[in-house]
Amino acid sequence: MELHGNVPSGPIETLWDKHRFEMKLVNPANKRKYDIIVVGSGLAGASASATMAELGYNVHCFCFQDSPRRAHSIAAQGGINAAKNYQNDGDSVFRLFYDTVKGGDFRSREANVYRLAQVSANIIDQCAAQGVPFAREYGGLLANRSFGGAQVSRTFYARGQTGQQLLLGAYQALSRQIHAGKVRMYPRTEMLDLIVIDGRARGIVVRDLVSGRITSHVGDAVVLGSGGYTNVFYLSTNAKGCNVTATWRAHKRGAFFANPCFTQIHPTCIPQSGEYQSKLTLMSESLRNDGRIWVPVKPGDTRAPGDIPAAERDYYLERLYPSFGNLVPRDVASRRAKQMVDEGHGVGPERNGVYLDFRDAIKRLGRDTIADRYGNLFDMYAQITGEDPYATPMRIYPAPHYAMGGLWVDYNLMSNLPGLFVIGEANFSDHGANRLGASALMQGLADGYFVLPYTIGNYLARHPRDNVDEGHAVCRDVEREVTERITRLLNVQGSRSVDAFHRELGHLMWEHCGMARNREGLTGLLERIPTLREEFWRDVRVLGNGDDLNQALEKAGRVADFFEFAELLARDALHRDESCGGHFREEHQTAEGEAQRDDEHFSYVAGWEYTGVGETPRLHKEPLDFEYVHLAQRSYK
Amino acid sequence: MKLTLHVWRQAGPDVSGGFERHETTANPHMSFLEMLDVVNESLIEAGKAPIAFEHDCREGICGSCGMVVNGSPHGPKRGVTVCQLHMRSFRDGDEIWIEPWRAGAFPVIKDLVVDRSPLDRIIASGGYVSVRTGSAPDANAIPIAKDDADLAMDAAACIGCGACVAACPNASAMLFTAAKVAHLGLVPQGQAERYERVRAMVAQMDVEGFGYCTNHGACEAACPKQIPIDFIARLNRDFLKAAFATG
Repeated sequence: MELHGNVPSGPIETLWDKHRFEMKLVNPANKRKYDIIVVGSGLAGASASATMAELGYNVHCFCFQDSPRRAHSIAAQGGINAAKNYQNDGDSVFRLFYDTVKGGDFRSREANVYRLAQVSANIIDQCAAQGVPFAREYGGLLANRSFGGAQVSRTFYARGQTGQQLLLGAYQALSRQIHAGKVRMYPRTEMLDLIVIDGRARGIVVRDLVSGRITSHVGDAVVLGSGGYTNVFYLSTNAKGCNVTATWRAHKRGAFFANPCFTQIHPTCIPQSGEYQSKLTLMSESLRNDGRIWVPVKPGDTRAPGDIPAAERDYYLERLYPSFGNLVPRDVASRRAKQMVDEGHGVGPERNGVYLDFRDAIKRLGRDTIADRYGNLFDMYAQITGEDPYATPMRIYPAPHYAMGGLWVDYNLMSNLPGLFVIGEANFSDHGANRLGASALMQGLADGYFVLPYTIGNYLARHPRDNVDEGHAVCRDVEREVTERITRLLNVQGSRSVDAFHRELGHLMWEHCGMARNREGLTGLLERIPTLREEFWRDVRVLGNGDDLNQALEKAGRVADFFEFAELLARDALHRDESCGGHFREEHQTAEGEAQRDDEHFSYVAGWEYTGVGETPRLHKEPLDFEYVHLAQRSYK
Repeated sequence: MKLTLHVWRQAGPDVSGGFERHETTANPHMSFLEMLDVVNESLIEAGKAPIAFEHDCREGICGSCGMVVNGSPHGPKRGVTVCQLHMRSFRDGDEIWIEPWRAGAFPVIKDLVVDRSPLDRIIASGGYVSVRTGSAPDANAIPIAKDDADLAMDAAACIGCGACVAACPNASAMLFTAAKVAHLGLVPQGQAERYERVRAMVAQMDVEGFGYCTNHGACEAACPKQIPIDFIARLNRDFLKAAFATG
């Protein structure tokens, strides 16, 4: 089956306006008759919930954390892009669109990206009106900084805590609707399955994480804003709780999973320091504005960085990419760092990092300016490593960070399963094979504030309210399946902890499906995952029971889903016999070591249909046409 | 390094809890929570229930984690959350006492996990600007002096962890509430609802059973984001003005 993105026809700059006019509306008196279920309270989920409640719908919002404000969007540091052109440096909607399609290595859907660039400016207006304390110039106007993959300065920020401030803005808008009774919030409640009735997504089965109670919630549409799956690598920059469960369970109920092999490895994270390590910490990409990346010219050089003279330092990004320098896109910066470390130029006690040096910036701008721009990041670095980045260069290394892949959605952000909408990182649509910095916040809020609230109305208007409720037989069946699975996990009573299995899976994925991939490694990986998964179900040890707060049980369910999902990720990576963006197949590279796409055979979205655990999934293709940004080898030289 | 831990264990809100002793070894590069991960792995191996504690981002921004370490919320170092506290802050042979936040408004759910939903309800009572999606003017239409924007950001840095409540001898949520009142009170967008906001948020704080502020200042010392109590003075000023503003 060929997937169809349902993109309206016409010139790209008119599509969204035209579509907004053509979509059906739900009249205000009828909106309050509809119930919408939203899973996740990050930038996408919170902004969508708040906006749909403002419109009059009854929203039921679920998150597994103790408060909606904890969603992992909160940890985004650097900024949010918008085509405001406040700097008068030549930015425009078209340029943001162009940069994003090119940055994504031509594997995203043009119409979605264009719309994203169009609404980007509204997001900044909305957030400023909410009181988000963006960084400002002395004249009182908004400040901008540069980010990777762009030659204009279009990134808005709030110190190194942009995600926090934008999420709190959305959380406050959500809280206002909770107070008004238009949103019912269910914190500490985890979605464990999707309810599909008569071919439409109608609800979810959840577990109350405190009481252990399993219940169904039925509505007229289900929205997943449940984030990305990068914790499949175990060590990543994601919060410990981030998981694939909501999207994976929806996939098992019929939603196609698109491009799971498009994972982003962020170039600037603190290198691992030991085996006990539980997560990796990101150092914002914004640091590459002023920091210079280098390694010693001589492999195995153990001198302190201050003792290495300029002539013996290789500022390799500036050398290889003179026009973008330290601001090349993330996938390029990551691969080059790996190359330097693999060739023996690594620095630090484990020889597993490269330097990010602020010496020249401090000399040029003064310590105060640097502290003003990056103070909290420098403090965080000092706290974690015990080293002072004002005096000695930071050590950084790439780490898994973001999932460009996700559930397949059309132009309306609806999956192939009618009534199931997917927003934010959980969907696949806008970033192609590589996301540019400061674009995740933009996409989460674009989907939640400005796209979904329109498109969901178009769907609801065609589906009048019926009397299906939690008493439906399908709800009972799904609840029973969920309960049986929990019992099964508790009954294994094996010898190894959930974390031990997760760590082993993550290590395998990082080794064979991380920054560089090849046929042999992926084939081996596809043999080892099922074996390890069977071992998990035979030997995992989950103590306690299912009727109170049991964090090990929560983790066990998520890791069990990662075990199934990992196989799909590896299979997608093996099937995509080309390199593009974050998906680097060693067999396909240019003479200079850049990703070599195969547009003739792979210019499509791979949407996978579930056919059973361990079974080969069915591939559906959505062809990608590039009418406005012409296919070209990316060049940042 | 060898450590002796005394960890608060409590099965639920309605049963009494007590300290449990554990001997463990740690590495100075570990974070405090990674040290607890290791303890939990050994508990699971021994067939005993692991210690329940809340955590998520492990980089000091989500506000999930929080425990009292040797009498101090988030432990002995200033300006960090317990997930960013590293074992190099302790010495070989140390005894460490680990407890949940202690406040009437934060009942214990299990072990070190407490219910902080009262903080969400304080925000819901008025901690926002009522601006509908789509109704915003151009972001540069209203300039904000850099100093005001910076000060607003200082207040907005609050992560809602509840350490201020745990540190306060009255278990007051004054610093938490003041941070939001000050953030929105310092920007022009927050002016229309400024006085109604402070009234509603203070009233909700009382409803939730938090104590009153008596200017001890323990909250400021415990705050991992080092939010100063100056903001409490701002709240008090606004609260007083609110009494005259609309009667």
